[in-house]
Amino acid sequence: MDKLYSIGIDSGSVATKAVLFKDRIMDTVLIPTGWSPKNACSEVFESLLARNSLNADDVYVVATGYGRVATDFADKTLTEITCHGKGAHYLDSDVRTILDIGGQDSKVIKLDRDGNIADFIMNDKCAAGTGRFLQVMVSLLGADIEDLDSLTRGAEPEKINSMCTVFAESEVVSMLAGGSSKEAVASGILHSIAGKISTLASRVGIENKVMFTGGLAKSSELTRIIEQKLGREVVTNSYSQLNGAIGAAVLGQHFANKKSK
Amino acid sequence: MSFDLPKAFKDFDEARQNSFIAMKELKESGKKVVGTFCTYSPTEIIKAAGAVPVGLCAMSDEPIEEAEKHLPRNLCPLIKASYGFALTDTCPYFYFSDLILGETTCDGKKKMYELMDDIKPVHVMQLPQTSEGEQSFNLWKSEIVRFKERLENDFNVSISDEDVKSAIVERNNERKALKAFYELGKMVPPPFTGSELLSVLYGAGFKFTSEAITSSLEEIRENTLKDYEAGNRKVSEDKKRILITGCPLAGATQKLVAAIEENGGTVVCFENCIGIKSVEDPVDESKDPFDALTEKYLNIPCSVMTPNNKRGEMLERLIKEYKIDGVVDMVLQACHTYGVETHTMKKVVNGVNETPYISIETDYSQSDVGQIKTRVAAFIEML
Repeated sequence: MDKLYSIGIDSGSVATKAVLFKDRIMDTVLIPTGWSPKNACSEVFESLLARNSLNADDVYVVATGYGRVATDFADKTLTEITCHGKGAHYLDSDVRTILDIGGQDSKVIKLDRDGNIADFIMNDKCAAGTGRFLQVMVSLLGADIEDLDSLTRGAEPEKINSMCTVFAESEVVSMLAGGSSKEAVASGILHSIAGKISTLASRVGIENKVMFTGGLAKSSELTRIIEQKLGREVVTNSYSQLNGAIGAAVLGQHFANKKSK
Repeated sequence: MSFDLPKAFKDFDEARQNSFIAMKELKESGKKVVGTFCTYSPTEIIKAAGAVPVGLCAMSDEPIEEAEKHLPRNLCPLIKASYGFALTDTCPYFYFSDLILGETTCDGKKKMYELMDDIKPVHVMQLPQTSEGEQSFNLWKSEIVRFKERLENDFNVSISDEDVKSAIVERNNERKALKAFYELGKMVPPPFTGSELLSVLYGAGFKFTSEAITSSLEEIRENTLKDYEAGNRKVSEDKKRILITGCPLAGATQKLVAAIEENGGTVVCFENCIGIKSVEDPVDESKDPFDALTEKYLNIPCSVMTPNNKRGEMLERLIKEYKIDGVVDMVLQACHTYGVETHTMKKVVNGVNETPYISIETDYSQSDVGQIKTRVAAFIEML
């Protein structure tokens, strides 16, 4: 039987996202991944099916993200690089460079005109510059990621020298002990993250138009600092945190069509 | 004639694992052994001295912890492993070696040899910084002669030009046989997996007589071809054809080959030290043997040379000949010459019909297996 719908599931270390797709985005869901990516994947899948009165047989499922291996119901699994590329191309076909800061890793992806991956680069095997880095730092300040924008707006950033999460943590502790303001330190943290992704981007070479995706793209301050570092406009999208799942769903529809032919 | 191809491939793995017994027998028969680390080692001179050259262990994570008691942690894992094996006396070939041959390829290695010399005598050949010009040629030639004199002195033998010439012919035959085998990788699809190809490339160095190397290579080539012509296909045609370039790859770094082959790719060519880098060109048999050896070894396209245009030229040619879909450059942690050269190699590779290129930095630990898998899978998805 032909599968009329596709579902893309992006199971990251922080959140598991799913998108129901049929020629357009029909429905989306986002939950914390928690300790079990397997449970999170099943939960988003079941809830999309239930909410839209669909059977599992009706949909072609593509899973991505680090938890993708935990899904036993996916028709196909793909890396997040391919899915982020496709997702950004779907959201804005003019995008040629994607900056994605994930929980575990950050990456810069270059796209060709058709939304295929032309090149990509990922951070080294540590948490420097990732969402995890931010999480550790923000909890040290007793703040919440959601409050970052209001906290840092207009603040003069303290320079954080250490790139290693563990060393940066002790550096921040010393700064606070030395009397630096919470606002200045938080702003410094955003500058540190923006610096890391900008360096990564310049290694792979930036082409217009640039889109910033992942959960941290919701921070307009971080986006502004990245723009400043890159010296060019960086766009975001209200769907940016769902970008990987959207790409997976778009590719899912493509595979389903190919199969039914 | 019946043959068992998987076993034949395994034979090269076993040659590596069991060759210490063969080595022990050679020693008991009175043979001298020279341990080497690098493709710049002129093995012909060792053979001409009636001694046996053997590549020393350098590809495992195991002795690194011990090596770090003397060496900086942020050093190339190959250097740390080489030294660690010597320090812990866990490499049988090091144990049997009468002399260790080092060369001033990179800063880490040349300083490590100073420490290693306290464990066993190390002869260090001074490699020029550039392969170009008369001065480099003269330096390297005099270093080959100095090495010959060291062997004559230490092993109490005399090495004639004729001895060197016949060693050149022998080694050329081995190179020819190895080249004839690995060039089967040009077939679409290839008749062997990348892991099998690596077993043969790496294992061939652990057979100690020229006849054993040449005949086993000819046999496996013939059987591989026969099997292929009988319609057996090990690798499906839709696998993406990958060339691996960069630092020496074997042992612990086979994780990269595994990641490629488990994610839709197949390695058809290894352009690195353990691969075809030093095998492509033979030594000119018509020239003065010392001139010919100097020329041959200086021509190896290693990143330690500046400039190193030959590597790019070789990659351009191999990408076409082996119909490469993508190039993976493996750089070992803290290997500055290969690390810096990635920028140039990316440009070269992208320049050949926009062939995609990725550089993977790694060490001998297994801690990055997940990251490597993600990068490689994404790279192959984009091909």
